Amino acid sequence: MKKQILDLRITRAEEVGAQCVLLKAKPVEGRLPVCCPGQFAQLRVDAPDVFLRRPISIHDVEGDEISFLVQMVGEGTQWLGALQAGDTLNAVLPLGHGFTVQTGNEVALLVGGGVGVAPLLYLGKQLKANGIRPVYLLGARTKELLLRLDAFREVGEVFVTTEDGSMGEKGFVTQHSVLGCNENGEMETLPARVMVYTCGPKPMMNAVARLARERNLPCEVSLENRMACGVGACLCCVEETADGHNRCVCTEGPVFDASELKI
Amino acid sequence: MADLKTNIGGLELRNPVMTASGTFGYGLEFEDFVDLSRLGGIVVKGTTLNPREGNPYPRMAETAGGMLNCVGLQNKGVDYFCEQIYPRVKDMDTNVVVNVSGSSVEDYAECARRIGELENIPAIELNISCPNVRQGGMAFGVTAAGAASVVKAVRQAYPKTLIVKLSPNVTDVTEIARAVEAEGADAVSLINTLMGMAIDAERRRKVLSIGTGGLSGPAVKPVALRMVYQVARAVKIPVVGLGGIMTATDAVEFLLAGASAVEIGTANFIDPSVTVKVVEGIEAYLDRHGFRSVKDIIGILD
Ligand SMILES: Cc1cc2nc3c(=O)[nH]c(=O)nc-3n(C[C@H](O)[C@H](O)[C@H](O)COP(=O)(O)OP(=O)(O)OC[C@H]3O[C@@H](n4cnc5c(N)ncnc54)[C@H](O)[C@@H]3O)c2cc1C
Ligand SMILES: Cc1cc2nc3c(=O)[nH]c(=O)nc-3n(C[C@H](O)[C@H](O)[C@H](O)COP(=O)(O)O)c2cc1C
Ligand code: FES
Repeated sequence: MKKQILDLRITRAEEVGAQCVLLKAKPVEGRLPVCCPGQFAQLRVDAPDVFLRRPISIHDVEGDEISFLVQMVGEGTQWLGALQAGDTLNAVLPLGHGFTVQTGNEVALLVGGGVGVAPLLYLGKQLKANGIRPVYLLGARTKELLLRLDAFREVGEVFVTTEDGSMGEKGFVTQHSVLGCNENGEMETLPARVMVYTCGPKPMMNAVARLARERNLPCEVSLENRMACGVGACLCCVEETADGHNRCVCTEGPVFDASELKI
Repeated sequence: MADLKTNIGGLELRNPVMTASGTFGYGLEFEDFVDLSRLGGIVVKGTTLNPREGNPYPRMAETAGGMLNCVGLQNKGVDYFCEQIYPRVKDMDTNVVVNVSGSSVEDYAECARRIGELENIPAIELNISCPNVRQGGMAFGVTAAGAASVVKAVRQAYPKTLIVKLSPNVTDVTEIARAVEAEGADAVSLINTLMGMAIDAERRRKVLSIGTGGLSGPAVKPVALRMVYQVARAVKIPVVGLGGIMTATDAVEFLLAGASAVEIGTANFIDPSVTVKVVEGIEAYLDRHGFRSVKDIIGILD
């Protein structure tokens, strides 16, 4: 898959929840390259105090339209959040190694927390297109921080937890009853073999990966290490993996098999 | 159209634009963005005799007009380079220069000797900013004696073009430049990163895993220009200028200051195709000002 430096034109910019924005964009010229779920783009930010590009997951692709779901946490993401329809945005994409879509399982469990739900929409769509039923388990601190539930519901069944109980079940994603087991340790709602995918805050991903390991389920985790180049040139983004080596997150990841990580 | 050819010692470049070590991988990472045959050369990732894991994450902090890094020379060692990387880069239609690092004089010399056996690697760039394990981790390149000792050993082991990359973290960079020239360096390149630090006030913590890191990007350009200007006047061997080059105008400034070629580092992260734009921009500058050759502007400040 050839990586490109592409000028995009924003087709739609929409506030989502209190701190997020959904950006849809199309190439100013030419076509959008083929992107896989779990891959990301390095977005150029034209704000005075921002020097480096910002890595943002590919949230969705529909024809030549790509979307990003951005949480405004600092200068760079605030600049992205202020973009309006008609503005241009320079992107380097598609980058990184994404999720495994063909798994041989009938059902996939997609567990997301906070803005970590971003890559799971496109993933769910691709799974569905491959005959795999996506089931979402999405968590947030409170109702207002749950993002794009309607969009996820169009793709698959959605279960929700909030830490304050303002929506769905109260608690953390790993405590949701959909993961509940009978006396034989088999999950009651989900089939015995599901592939688990997770993206979100590190403690949540660790908890999900541990649960998957206890139940012997394959699990893929998407990391968000800080990046400079995004193309494997600088080795700033490394994660120390279970084998004790520093692996490059922007090329070997951001998606890793949970068994490779120190969890 | 102006002639862009330039020389670094015995090494002829089709134009003065090269890439800086540690910012362009092995060139392979940029093949989707840049036609490498349009570059004067590429300087690949720092290579050491033995594999190195580098420093723990986090290794990067963004700063005003630049960034700090403490990657710590993570690389798979010279054997891996010779066996796995060399076959993939040896037929690139550009000069592939290997950046050689080490933690002892013997390691540098042996690493250089091994690279010297590779037919299609015409030059090495010696990174003397590395800590010397036998001197309590003090960098070789911060004293004239330390720099001279590495260059002397490497010169005996390496017959092709030897570029020595100078550290800016010194009192008088011209003294170091003269010392490496005296030991037989064919050229010097400068600057390596400036030692810096970042602190997270909210969390009251150091941002980088080892506390300090090397500053690069436009923030360092004025310092780099000054040092290139001084060194170009202090030595007879060619100077390769780098530090904060983002545009063709920046590159021209280094040439005017006395550099025979330039390297582009951190700018590749912002625009992965910047190198080719700089080549085109230098050519346009020469044409616009009526210079026939890039050599006509090297070091022409009064
Ligand atoms: C592969 C990948 C995919 C991502 N996908 C998305 C996405 O789809 N949507 C989204 O909103 N965000 C995503 N992120 C995170 C996003 O890149 C950062 O939030 C953004 O770079 C912050 O930039 P800023 O200028 O707004 O904030 P800054 O001013 O740079 O930082 C604000 C605060 O966040 C901290 N911070 C910034 N980046 C990181 C990081 N990577 N890890 C830990 N702390 C950090 C800083 O220390 C600071 O405290 C992704 C990151 C990666 C690596
Ligand atoms: C992430 C990163 C890694 C680097 N690694 C090396 C290295 O291995 N060897 C070396 O000599 N210089 C290394 N450098 C320094 C650059 O080659 C260059 O000297 C410096 O960044 C200044 O140029 P710039 O401002 O154009 O980036 C590195 C710089 C960065 C940003
Ligand atoms: S961000 Fe540069 S190697 Fe991953």
